[in-house]
Amino acid sequence: MTQLIWLTIAFPIAGVLFNGLLGRRLGHRVVSVVGPLMVLASFVVGVGAFADLLARHGEAVNVPLWTWAAIGSFEVNLSLLVDPLSVLMVLVVTGVGFLIHVYATEYMVHKDESGHAHPDRDFARFFTFLNLFIASMLVLVLGNNYLMMYVGWELVGVCSYLLIGFWYDRPSEEQAPIDLGEGAEPVKLPPLLSPAASGMKAFIVNRVGDVGFALGVFLIWTTFGTLQFADVFSQVPHMAEAMPAVLSWIALLLFIGAMGKSAQIPLYVWLPDAMAGPTPVSALIHAATMVTAGVYMIVRSNVIYSHAPGVSMFVAVIGAVTALFAATIALVQVDLKRVLAYSTVSQLGYMFMAVGVGAYTAGMFHLTTHAFFKALLFLGAGSVMHALHDVIDIRRMGGLKNKMPVTWLTFWIGGLALAGFPLMSGFFSKDEILAKAFEASPVLWGIGVLTAGLTAFYTFRAIFIAFHGQPRDRHLYDHAHESGPAIRFALVVLAALALVGGVLGLPAFLGLPHALDSWLAPIYATGEHAAAAGEHGLSLGLELGLMATSATVAVLGIVVAYFFYVVNPAIPRRMARSLRPVFVLLANKYYVDELYNAVFVQPGLKLARGMAQGVDALLIDSVLVDGLARLVGQIGRQVSRLQTGYLRHYALATFIGVLILVGYFFLR
Amino acid sequence: MPIEIPTLNVIALAPQIVVVVTALVVMALDISLTDKRVVGYVSLLGLAAAAVVTFALLGGPAQAIQQMAVSDGYALVLNLVFIVTAALAILVALGYLDERELQHGEYYALLLFSTAGMMLMAAATDLIVVFMGLEIMSVALYILAAFNHRQVGSGEAGMKYFILGAFASAFFLYGVALLYGATGSTNLHAIGEWFSPDRGNLGDPLALVGLGLLLIGFAFKVAAVPFQWWTPDVYHGAPTSVTAFMSVGAKAAGFAALVRILMVSFDQAFTLDWQLVLAVLAVLTMTVGNIAALAQKDVKRMLAYSSVAHAGYILVGVVPATMTGVKGVLFYLMAYAFMNIGAFAVIAVLEHRDAIGTALSDYAGLSTRKPFLALAMAVFMFSLTGIPPFVGFWGKLYVFRAAVEANMSWLAVVGVINSAISAFYYLSVVVQMYMRTPTDETAAAPALRLSGPVVVTLALALVATVVLGLWPTPLVNLTALGIFG
Repeated sequence: MTQLIWLTIAFPIAGVLFNGLLGRRLGHRVVSVVGPLMVLASFVVGVGAFADLLARHGEAVNVPLWTWAAIGSFEVNLSLLVDPLSVLMVLVVTGVGFLIHVYATEYMVHKDESGHAHPDRDFARFFTFLNLFIASMLVLVLGNNYLMMYVGWELVGVCSYLLIGFWYDRPSEEQAPIDLGEGAEPVKLPPLLSPAASGMKAFIVNRVGDVGFALGVFLIWTTFGTLQFADVFSQVPHMAEAMPAVLSWIALLLFIGAMGKSAQIPLYVWLPDAMAGPTPVSALIHAATMVTAGVYMIVRSNVIYSHAPGVSMFVAVIGAVTALFAATIALVQVDLKRVLAYSTVSQLGYMFMAVGVGAYTAGMFHLTTHAFFKALLFLGAGSVMHALHDVIDIRRMGGLKNKMPVTWLTFWIGGLALAGFPLMSGFFSKDEILAKAFEASPVLWGIGVLTAGLTAFYTFRAIFIAFHGQPRDRHLYDHAHESGPAIRFALVVLAALALVGGVLGLPAFLGLPHALDSWLAPIYATGEHAAAAGEHGLSLGLELGLMATSATVAVLGIVVAYFFYVVNPAIPRRMARSLRPVFVLLANKYYVDELYNAVFVQPGLKLARGMAQGVDALLIDSVLVDGLARLVGQIGRQVSRLQTGYLRHYALATFIGVLILVGYFFLR
Repeated sequence: MPIEIPTLNVIALAPQIVVVVTALVVMALDISLTDKRVVGYVSLLGLAAAAVVTFALLGGPAQAIQQMAVSDGYALVLNLVFIVTAALAILVALGYLDERELQHGEYYALLLFSTAGMMLMAAATDLIVVFMGLEIMSVALYILAAFNHRQVGSGEAGMKYFILGAFASAFFLYGVALLYGATGSTNLHAIGEWFSPDRGNLGDPLALVGLGLLLIGFAFKVAAVPFQWWTPDVYHGAPTSVTAFMSVGAKAAGFAALVRILMVSFDQAFTLDWQLVLAVLAVLTMTVGNIAALAQKDVKRMLAYSSVAHAGYILVGVVPATMTGVKGVLFYLMAYAFMNIGAFAVIAVLEHRDAIGTALSDYAGLSTRKPFLALAMAVFMFSLTGIPPFVGFWGKLYVFRAAVEANMSWLAVVGVINSAISAFYYLSVVVQMYMRTPTDETAAAPALRLSGPVVVTLALALVATVVLGLWPTPLVNLTALGIFG
């Protein structure tokens, strides 16, 4: 199957062509079969490649496709790299992707109040884009060079844009103010962007990061003369001695790309707004796969990053700060998907903290478990939305566990995993990151543990408000219903994965097998591997102590949430009233959007308008373009007038030409 | 007195022979068959056979026949260009002629003879053979241009082409005579030998004027300024299926012989003498072709001027006199065959019987009436402009790169500026098709019918334009075989 790995990309592309060209005509049932089936086929091929790789003991294989362009010494070879890292990503992308495709076949059929099903009017378009995303993501992770990675990087960005703005004609929405009770003035919330605006915001913010990424790729080309991973990495140790500054610049520029794509400070602002897209999109692109591209990129480039320690530390710090920052915002969000979105930003921060301190395997581990449980949580939120006719404000929910037992139970499992509850998948991966962080710097660890507590708290805040207690909106509650088989199937499978995903990386210090560690070992340069393989200097006691701390913090967060939102719901309001400035600050997301708007967006728009009206309309359009066009058009008409249609004129003109030409040769 | 019977190595001309024999078979069939379309399909079979023979020879050693012609990689690659051109043109004609009740067997015979002439020009290593090929090709084209006897425009096109063509042939032949007078030979290698630096014949005025006259003959055939005058009238007046064929085929044949003569007989120290002339011709041709195309309101006529401009781009690849340039020219010609014939095939569909329907306004709203047709046309327009990822982009890239490598970046810059100008008129077709609503007149026009062969042409041209744009490597590898034997 290794040599057929290109099929993983070809299948979804076939799906794109089929659904895009014929889908609308053939109806939503056919699309519902073809869309998921193509991803399943990819997954099967991926599993085949996985089995091959296992038999080869993880030896990487290049599968050349074709030389796209050869211009002088610049050759663009399209070639796929099948190695443990790319296969892991392929399995995550196609596996989780398949489940989400299945889920979407039901989710994208809307039920009206009387229970009639209406497929979305752009059902086929949705699956076309979703298939396109899978293909793009696979290009990103399977390419054996930075150019293909860049192409995939941009393609997933386009898909993200297309899918966030999928319901492009929906307006922006006001959010009801938060009532703090006891006559206190309600806290106003900023309105939510419309899907079209959100898509644009995501695209533009990502462009900022992409510029960095592109520059990084250019710098790799000028420095190493190649973009092939293997060729670049083999030169890195030498280059690290010759010109360490350049290497650091490369690492930094690539990381700027990751900041955009993986929503890290300061470029995280697009991800919460990306929730305007359909929920399967949020689960697939904005939680499980695309946003983790930055983590993948750094792990893929681990040779570069381990030779740029300064930048790596910067990555870790950005990750840690982002993790804490986003978690605090998530504390007060009232929109269920946004709670999860900030949580995604926060968890991505963990992953960057891990790869920043050199714990690449731990980063990939968390990436994988996060894909399971965060996709699960989003799909659970979607299931709730589906039942409540797109209501996503947790203040209108409550008591849903009775109406939607499967959604409730699976959401709990996802929540426990996210919170890092002992023995859940998220527990192992998060604990591993925290242990590595402790090794690098206890401060990072401190931030991580604090964030873990907050994570447990906000996750269960949402769960308790939405699923427990009394219904807050009787009408909604009465019409709520458990979702159908497709949605339940995806939820249950993902819940199982979220439960047991931890077996991929059991704690090595307890003598348990860390499967992922040995699996990923071949992708690290020898020497680096020793550090990455977990031969850390922490004693068994310390390891156990750290583990106990994270477990305690997780449980503590859940317990506090239980007290706040089940036992005595008056507490949080009272706290909000007494800490009102803090609450308002968090509810307004630290005013970062407003700050960016004032510092970048508005001046940018002003500049653009000035350019458009002054420079472009006057100078370029009327003088240069119109003027030149008129001039050239005039000349063209004059030239055409020479074309009289009379043979004698043509003969004469030809003869004049002959005289000039022969005269030249004669006289020289 | 013993008579020495020359041994004829006919293998060298096997592809040409296959095409000629096909033409003869076609003529014979024409007498006995009532359904003339069969004749067209037989022609296609013959071309396929010629392609097979060409491929069989490709990669093998170059075979020569009496120092008259050679089957080297260069000739064989060009054979493929001509075969593709002829095959696509026949496919266009099958539908086009049917609708106009012009379906006659001799059309295909003439087209095949013309193709054989083109192939002979590419293979010729003697000026006399070049001239023979030129005339075989041209005479057939004169007739084809006038093929629509019901239309005055077609007859006028044939007549103009014939008279001006005869004019140009005369100059060419005069040039051959002068070169023979100076060098004592018409063989390309012998002439090259005579010019070799140690013989001290460089700068011989007689030979130089002979070269100048040769250049004029070719400049006429490839429609380079200032010898392009016939082009708009002939391309516009001739049946569209013929225009499609000659806009690519005659141009490719002209360049085929021109490049070989320049590279074999007038290379090295001699290069400087013609480089400047051709560079000036290239600039003039690109600029005049594009600027005149801007002012056209008729798409067929616009493409005629655009074809002049393309001659200019190809000249950019000739000027450096390097093998990179030659490969670029070969790539360009093949790319041009697909995208230009594709564009003319669209025109052929839109053109009504009485030669209306080619105006720019007739394309308004085509995307809603015939989405596939509009899409195909849009792709051809983008490709002709040189926008990636279509094959036309690589064609331009390769010829311009040859100029840059030869330290003639200024020529490439002129070429790129011209490409930008050309975007205006190519894209205006796209604008009409996609952003304008059909006029009342177009809406009232008879429904467009896509015949089977035209669909095949469009599909082939479209696939080639897109696939070779995404993956040019096979064509690059093919052109790399185009070396002189």
